[in-house]
Amino acid sequence: MAQAPGPAPCRPCPPHPARRRSGPARSDGVDRPLARSYAHPRSRSGTGAGAAPRPARPEPSPARRTPPISTPVAPTDAPSRAATAGTPQTPSTPGAPASSGSGSAAPESPRPGRRRFLTYLLAAPTLTVAARAGLDAAAPASARAAVPAATGRTAAERASSPPQLLGLPGIPDVIDLGDALILAGLPTSHLLVLEVTSDGRAALHVPRLEVGQGLTTAIAVLVADELDARLADVDVPLSDGRPDLLFNQLTGASNSVRSLYDPVRAAAAAARARLVTAAARRWSLPADSLRTADSAVLAPDGRRASYGELAADAAKVAVPAVPATPKSPDQQRLVGRPTGRIDARDIVTGKAKYAGDLTVPGAVPCVVARPTTLNGTLKSLDASVARAMPGVLGVVRIPTGVAVLAETFDQALKARDALLTTWNPGPVAALSTADIKARLRAAHAPFLIPPLLTQYVDAEFDFAFVNHAPMEVLTAVADVRPGRAELWFAAQTPIVAQQTIAAELGLPQDAVTVHVVRGGGSFGRRLFFDAALEAAQVSRAAGRPVKLMWTRNDDMRHGRMRPASHHRIRATHALGQVLTYEHRAATVATDFRHGLGEALTAAGFNLSVAGLSLAQAFFLLSEKNPYDVGIPTQLLAEVPLEVPTGSWRSVYSGTVRVADEIMMDELARRLGQDPVAFRRARLRGAAARAVLDKAAEAGRWGRPMPPGQAQGIGYHDEHGSRVAYLVELDATDPKQPRVTRAVVAADVGRVVNPRGLEAQLTGALIDGISVVLQAGIHIDHGAVREGSYADFRYARQRQSPPSVEIHLLPPTGSPGGAGELGVPAASAAVANAYARATGTSPRSFPIDF
Amino acid sequence: MPSHTFVLNGQPVTVEAPDDMPLLWVLRDKLGVTGPKYGCGVGVCRACTSHLDGAEFQPCTVAVKDCAGRQVTTIEGLADGDTLHPVQEAWLACDVAQCGFCQPGQIMTAVALLRRNPAPTDADIDQIQNICRCGTYPRIREAIKQAATRTA
Repeated sequence: MAQAPGPAPCRPCPPHPARRRSGPARSDGVDRPLARSYAHPRSRSGTGAGAAPRPARPEPSPARRTPPISTPVAPTDAPSRAATAGTPQTPSTPGAPASSGSGSAAPESPRPGRRRFLTYLLAAPTLTVAARAGLDAAAPASARAAVPAATGRTAAERASSPPQLLGLPGIPDVIDLGDALILAGLPTSHLLVLEVTSDGRAALHVPRLEVGQGLTTAIAVLVADELDARLADVDVPLSDGRPDLLFNQLTGASNSVRSLYDPVRAAAAAARARLVTAAARRWSLPADSLRTADSAVLAPDGRRASYGELAADAAKVAVPAVPATPKSPDQQRLVGRPTGRIDARDIVTGKAKYAGDLTVPGAVPCVVARPTTLNGTLKSLDASVARAMPGVLGVVRIPTGVAVLAETFDQALKARDALLTTWNPGPVAALSTADIKARLRAAHAPFLIPPLLTQYVDAEFDFAFVNHAPMEVLTAVADVRPGRAELWFAAQTPIVAQQTIAAELGLPQDAVTVHVVRGGGSFGRRLFFDAALEAAQVSRAAGRPVKLMWTRNDDMRHGRMRPASHHRIRATHALGQVLTYEHRAATVATDFRHGLGEALTAAGFNLSVAGLSLAQAFFLLSEKNPYDVGIPTQLLAEVPLEVPTGSWRSVYSGTVRVADEIMMDELARRLGQDPVAFRRARLRGAAARAVLDKAAEAGRWGRPMPPGQAQGIGYHDEHGSRVAYLVELDATDPKQPRVTRAVVAADVGRVVNPRGLEAQLTGALIDGISVVLQAGIHIDHGAVREGSYADFRYARQRQSPPSVEIHLLPPTGSPGGAGELGVPAASAAVANAYARATGTSPRSFPIDF
Repeated sequence: MPSHTFVLNGQPVTVEAPDDMPLLWVLRDKLGVTGPKYGCGVGVCRACTSHLDGAEFQPCTVAVKDCAGRQVTTIEGLADGDTLHPVQEAWLACDVAQCGFCQPGQIMTAVALLRRNPAPTDADIDQIQNICRCGTYPRIREAIKQAATRTA
């Protein structure tokens, strides 16, 4: 991994599967032969920033930290900003190793007007390529050549006019949250790093977090395909927090494949072109006579040179002799084919390492005693008994509670139980679930359309708080020393974590290193780094490295939650048509303070000028009604409450769109129409209708069902993707409803790995079953009632359908997002099936609460 | 401190630990065996599921003293060297895992189930209590059925 932790060999990196495979040269922390090349397009903005040859700059050594690159941010014209600010800046890199200085600017590439390559040699046999393609995608003038796969409007095109669109419905059709985050990341999208090493491995350092969504496998597929490498030769290590990436290291908004598809392929194409060029020189053959396959360059006469053999020479190639153009879809051989996870063997043998499994020298187990109510504070502490217990190494007060350090977690837990503590009540100690529901209900703006002469349907819905409850509880290793700190944890926002922890410790940002470790699930939970911040506080106070773990009970009682919400919907109709559709959503305020606001600002959204809160901006960028239902309006009212909240897989759509979809069923019933036909007549776009049709056809919509059983349908589109779920539910015993079958149809644009996509759509189904039927959080006098999976009843095997059938439609465009896509449609299908099976109109979720 | 001897993945081990320390923490914090995961500590999530004398158990709820002289098998001890157990092979063939955190426990549960019942029905599989928060249940079901065929 490029970000090996400092030159001191006594502080080894935690083991990482990919890192282990990449050989000793990758983790020794010493200067090593290394060449890097940057590819970037000619500026089209006329500012000249990208037109003149730029001096080469040495890339920071992997062994050392560098100061953040000060890339200018903020122009309001997104496309031209991307084209200028995206040009590699010239940072001061005092910590970089002496460069051998072959880095004079390269002449224009053989494809006139396309690219220049800046290449410089730092020392040797590792070919490193950093390429940008996101910019090409955003710059229509160059996109034709750079990204043949790009179809439809690009993010930048769509973003070019957001300000005047704010306030109108359907904004996500023009620009959605993922587009906004892609825009925010564009200026640094060229900083993706792909290395081909002399031992024949290709490593794409991905600035994202793997939490089970299958991203590392998808990236490996992209690299292997574009590079013509064997999949087994590709590693996808998770990058440390890299402040030079600015807004381009946030894992969220179902955005990773959307934002990385082009840059990763561009990097791999650039590397392949150099490898081919190196072989051509070696053999004195025309480069265009060579082909590549199975991690090797092949000559017509049968000669073969592996990428490992060619890496050193390829690193010296300043100007490739063949185009570095990514493949067109018809040339791809792995993209679109079902591929098993690249880490599957590590997982099934128990070798996969999560933060709690790391062996960081000296890091001792640590747990925290927490208040009796949410956000309560410590009133009194007597730790004398606990301190005297076997194995106890320390007791430390931190803002969120009292930390106990011990030789083992068992001893830490037992000593925690022995602490004598009293707590001041937290700010919501007077509130329980019913009070919060009443506050939400009272927060709505009144409806705009008085139902005077028209017929109307009114409905109210409420959704309980839901814990994220990832299997791996929050765990972080922290080693805080004078003048520096190092952390290991599963971070969706490592740069924000680094900034926050540095500020907390009074350290400069670059004195804090955040190692990103695979996570055991997240569902939005790891956007926040609560355990890491605590671990840093404890490590500083105790003067030793710690491995801090939240218990499951901590996570249930003090973890973040999907905010409770209340929805009021009114639809007016006449002559079989919906005339107006108003949706008022009131939610407990969602905490987005994990860098999202900064990213939206960087993408050109001036929230204060637009008069929007961050939550409203998120709402506007994500929520839309996909149907022609007359005049739709949607409003969000936020109720600020000091309870821990955060984005939960699908965020607002997980409630807003579920309520909409239930309403569609009820409107259809009122108008005497079939729920599928009613939707189909109102869905916008052929792609949407195709998805609905496929689910209905494959699921045999309308087939006769025994009494107590029924089908239900749900549709959702977001992230440039669309999906329909048809479920069959057996409510013969209404207390024990069971989804018996699910048929899913999805169009997510170009699919990188159908196997991974199907896993995401299946997981979303289980989420829908859980949160609609049985899993939720109660608050009793400011404290969470649930304490584990025993009472937070996330679905088990017996609640999951024995039959799940997934149909992926031929893609209608470039890759869309899919990680969160399924939750709203699946939840709605389950709710609608339950309603039809029981003849009831469920209004409050989970139904069995 | 009391000393406890048991067989761990085929090798005898002796460890000093308080009698009442749950085996999970002995494995993870004292022996560095991290395949069994902490997910709740109270035997509910079953992410730590391993085998005691060949039968499924949750090391988070069994004290180390109760393991003395017995055979403990964790996920690390399931394969025969580089040759995976048929259940592990089925897990790969069905690409079951997402985040992977619960999967060592899921696999050990499935192995124990297939030992008791070489041809489990859907209803038998429904009895599995292990939580998978990623929702891999349908592929777990498929993999168990496939493993049953492989071992038959």
